[in-house]
Amino acid sequence: MTATAEATVLITHEVGLHARPSVKFTKLAKRFPAEVEVALDQGGPWFDAKSIVKVMAAKAPQGTLLHLRASGERAAEAVDALVGLVQRDFDEGKGHARSA
Amino acid sequence: MPAPLSFAGTPASVGYAEGPLFSLDRSAGAYVAKGSEKGERAALEAALAGASARLESLIGEAADDAAEMLEFQLAMLQDEALTGPAFAAIEEGAQADDAWGACLEDEIAGYETAEDGYFRARAADLKDIRDQVLHHLTPHGAAALPAGAIAFGDDMAPTRFLEIDWSQGGGIALSAGSAASHVAMLARARGVPMVVGLGVGLETNGDPVLLDGENGRLVLDPSDQEREAFRARSAAFAERRASAEGYLGRPAATACGTAVRVMVNIADPSEVDRIDASHCDGVGLMRTEFLFGGARGLPEEETQYEAYRRVLSWAGDRPVTIRTVDAGGDKPVSGLTQAESNPFLGLRGVRLSLARPDVFRVQIRALLRAGAHGSLKVMLPMVSVPEEVARARALFAEEAARLEAEGVAHAVPPLGIMVEVPSVAVMPESFLDAAFFSIGSNDLTQYVMAAARDNASVAALSAASQPAVLRLIAELARFAAARGMPLSLCGDAGGDPTIIPLLLKAGLRELSVAPAQLALAKAAIATTAL
Repeated sequence: MTATAEATVLITHEVGLHARPSVKFTKLAKRFPAEVEVALDQGGPWFDAKSIVKVMAAKAPQGTLLHLRASGERAAEAVDALVGLVQRDFDEGKGHARSA
Repeated sequence: MPAPLSFAGTPASVGYAEGPLFSLDRSAGAYVAKGSEKGERAALEAALAGASARLESLIGEAADDAAEMLEFQLAMLQDEALTGPAFAAIEEGAQADDAWGACLEDEIAGYETAEDGYFRARAADLKDIRDQVLHHLTPHGAAALPAGAIAFGDDMAPTRFLEIDWSQGGGIALSAGSAASHVAMLARARGVPMVVGLGVGLETNGDPVLLDGENGRLVLDPSDQEREAFRARSAAFAERRASAEGYLGRPAATACGTAVRVMVNIADPSEVDRIDASHCDGVGLMRTEFLFGGARGLPEEETQYEAYRRVLSWAGDRPVTIRTVDAGGDKPVSGLTQAESNPFLGLRGVRLSLARPDVFRVQIRALLRAGAHGSLKVMLPMVSVPEEVARARALFAEEAARLEAEGVAHAVPPLGIMVEVPSVAVMPESFLDAAFFSIGSNDLTQYVMAAARDNASVAALSAASQPAVLRLIAELARFAAARGMPLSLCGDAGGDPTIIPLLLKAGLRELSVAPAQLALAKAAIATTAL
């Protein structure tokens, strides 16, 4: 039995799924055993969410509706976590303070 | 005896270097085919591992901003989606270097044709990644710049600069490049001589060449006389620098005892770690474009706040003047500036900030919050008409009211202006609302003389020592003294020992200079009799 999960989230981050957000996004995706994919269009093409090369190749700017789908162990958890990261603008707003 | 081959460029970092020319654009040695698919595969795996290890060690040493760029590169390099096609090509009989080069070429082309400027700018990262692995594939690897050699190429990646051991001397000569580039700033901070804009492609053959980072010259095949003259200039420079060190710890004053305030110009906040605050009278110009570059996109409020606060805490009671982002002109920022046919006369500096209040307000909030932690002053670049100052002031007031309502600690800093557009220089009386004036001599000179500062063929015209520029500065000094307007100068001229006497005679009493020029500037002031 394979669990599957899907979600759609609006990218509100001002530069979109760009270099630094993509590093965070793929790092988070890799923490889950499930196969996770993203697409700009429900009909595809779908990109491996654990590959920064593929995620960057999606070239998703601000205002893009990002589709996510996952299958396998902890699929729902993976999708929830990634949706949360996108909704929080990749944790780059307040609280992104770094030590000087 | 053949005439010396001499090339003129733009000085980017002062100093003299004599050594063999070393090409940055080619690998140190030719790739040696391994003769088997297994061998090629192992070679690429080893090169990828070597490049990753190097990036990891650079990340450990880098400042926050650089570390984020490097982390992106590392994530790309470790992604099988990037490296897979190269291994597939090896399986089909390709050599590791060809397989890797072709594989990255496709990837780079994909970025170069992207519509979004942010994604287009990543092509440079991909090229950097490609070259790092190629260097690891060749016998002598990336760190093979021989001790004391002069690195030559079109341009130089900051990562390349950081890994080179400059303790044995050496220098940088670039056929393109820019004195305003990240790598030029690194070179100045480390005292590595550098000349940019040489405009030539050169074969490198190991014969020693002469690099004059003070006058912006590269000499190949020098004659004995040329070499002697070069060594005399180099020795004189070293002597000036050594004797200047004695002035560092003392307050600056002219030979006749007139006090002069000498501040420093900085960009990356980490620069202050190498400067003794007691050697200067504060920061006369903190550029903020640095925060807006790189792989990270536009900086958020918190990043800016931390950067500003770090410099204020270093300065203590000394004033710190931070310039709002001066993007545009020769400093494009992806996501902020637009392509223009004549960017120096376009939407740049405060014009751009006012056109993009969404971005400007973030910087204003960070500045207002930082203002609570020291003696902060804020200056607006590229002001042309009084209305721009009024509009910026209104935005500061609005954001201050918002912070007040949110209960966030802040302080409204004095708001001054750069004097770099001739409209301000000829009518300073229209700008009495400004808290202070700071002459941006680089831009003022290029606009008065109609000679671009980045064009080597009109460099003689674009000099602050031109009488028309000096007269404007003298009139500004008279105006400022009569009206009690604080006046300083923060362009390159302020740190140029040959121009400092002229500026002091024109009436200036406050200069802001690059940290590496602090000692020489103080020495030049001390030997000037008014």
